[in-house]
Amino acid sequence: MSMLEVAGLGHAYGGVDAVSDVSFVVEPGELVCIVGPSGCGKSTLLRCIAGLLPPTRGTVSLHGDRVVGVPSDLAVVFQDYSRSLLPWRTVAGNVEFPLRDRGLSTVERRSRVEEALSWVGLSEAAGKHPFELSGGMQQRVSIARALAYRPALMLMDEPFASVDAQTRADLEDLVLTVRASAGMTVLLVTHDIDESVYLADRVLVLSQSPATVVETLKVDLSSPRDQITTRGTDTFVRLRTEIARQIRR
Amino acid sequence: MPFVRKLAGLVGFLLLWEAAGRLGLVDARVLPPPSEVLVRFGLLFTDRGFVAGAVSTVLSWAIALLCATVLGVGVGLLLGSVPALRLITMPVIEFLRPLPSVALIPLAIALLGTQAQTKIVLGVFAATWPILLNTSYALGEVDPRLLETVRCFRVSRWRRLVGVTLPSIGPFVLTGVRISASIALIAIVGTEFLAGGSIGLGQYAFVQGTSGGRMDVVLAATVFAGLFGCLVNAGFLAVQRRWVSWGSVASSSGEVAA
Repeated sequence: MSMLEVAGLGHAYGGVDAVSDVSFVVEPGELVCIVGPSGCGKSTLLRCIAGLLPPTRGTVSLHGDRVVGVPSDLAVVFQDYSRSLLPWRTVAGNVEFPLRDRGLSTVERRSRVEEALSWVGLSEAAGKHPFELSGGMQQRVSIARALAYRPALMLMDEPFASVDAQTRADLEDLVLTVRASAGMTVLLVTHDIDESVYLADRVLVLSQSPATVVETLKVDLSSPRDQITTRGTDTFVRLRTEIARQIRR
Repeated sequence: MPFVRKLAGLVGFLLLWEAAGRLGLVDARVLPPPSEVLVRFGLLFTDRGFVAGAVSTVLSWAIALLCATVLGVGVGLLLGSVPALRLITMPVIEFLRPLPSVALIPLAIALLGTQAQTKIVLGVFAATWPILLNTSYALGEVDPRLLETVRCFRVSRWRRLVGVTLPSIGPFVLTGVRISASIALIAIVGTEFLAGGSIGLGQYAFVQGTSGGRMDVVLAATVFAGLFGCLVNAGFLAVQRRWVSWGSVASSSGEVAA
């Protein structure tokens, strides 16, 4: 059974379509990137999948169950990390916060927090507060929080759009590593074509608003990927050119 | 060094005041020099009438501020989260809030008598508004992205309130309480002043001033009230810095009712 199935999804704001007719599936363990031009309705699509916004048309199903409201097996990492962390809680406190409603014991919660922080390389910063960390580190905390939650599906909305280029490359590699160690299914939305090819097993290309899927590309790049060599391969260049052409169309 | 500079200003002010008295620029019986006032200030604590008055005032103030905080935060949360209710009650609040509580003293005395309950009620009336308004406005300022994030993690409604909303509005509420602390003191001492036969700093100063003509005692009691207000304010600022340092931006912009 597919992890996520989106069928005929559409959303309109006051009669104006933002997303017109989107259908796709995400298989368990896959990393799928959705790429599209700015303002094409990517975020609206993601909010519909997360159950934050009721779709006007169509359905979203998470491992077979129709999504109504926020599903229990899903975590979201947003672009603006500084606004999605609790400033009065420590790094460990932030990661632990959503776990309390999952019926876990104190010991289990603590071990999950430690594990997630070690995955993102922030074990040393567990006792610090978000404002003491750099932007990239804050986004790592958001990722750790999502990982500790152990969702079936992790949604990421432009997660690296607010950090500098070097941090961005580090965080991209981080996602690839933790995804392998945690066995996570990831759906990542980005406007960056190179990023989508670098990260994804499959790239969905969206059209201008109102969004529809114009192309699905399988990314047959070998793993593990490398920021320098992977980006220089013929396959990489062919794929990014293809996507750029689709988006310009 | 800013502490020394602040102190220099205070010392200069006291010297000018002292000189004005000594040089005969003002009548020393009306405005006794600070040297006399400070000596009198030390002696105040041996005066049973003053100590009883001070205890009564401080206690009433504490009770009034506590009640105002509970009332202000409670009603503020309610109005902040139910827009329809807020819309209906705002005109009433906007009418009541600017009423100077001192102007209500005769009405309150006529209704409630001259005992402590009168000054406490007036203190609560005056002190509730800044807390109430800061609370209800702060609710609108809670970052929607933060609430959305915790909603994505299916954090329960109760923990969203206790773990996210309340800490978010904390700095604003604390600022409201700090403003209210001095407002409550003004309302209480003012009521004591006008309520004959009551116990309190205001009544003590009134009696000393009108029947004894003891302006040195009146000023010494005033210095006590002033020092108390200063210490309370400094205490709240310290609490704000210690516990809600992450909200320093929010608290400086949080003085909507100031």
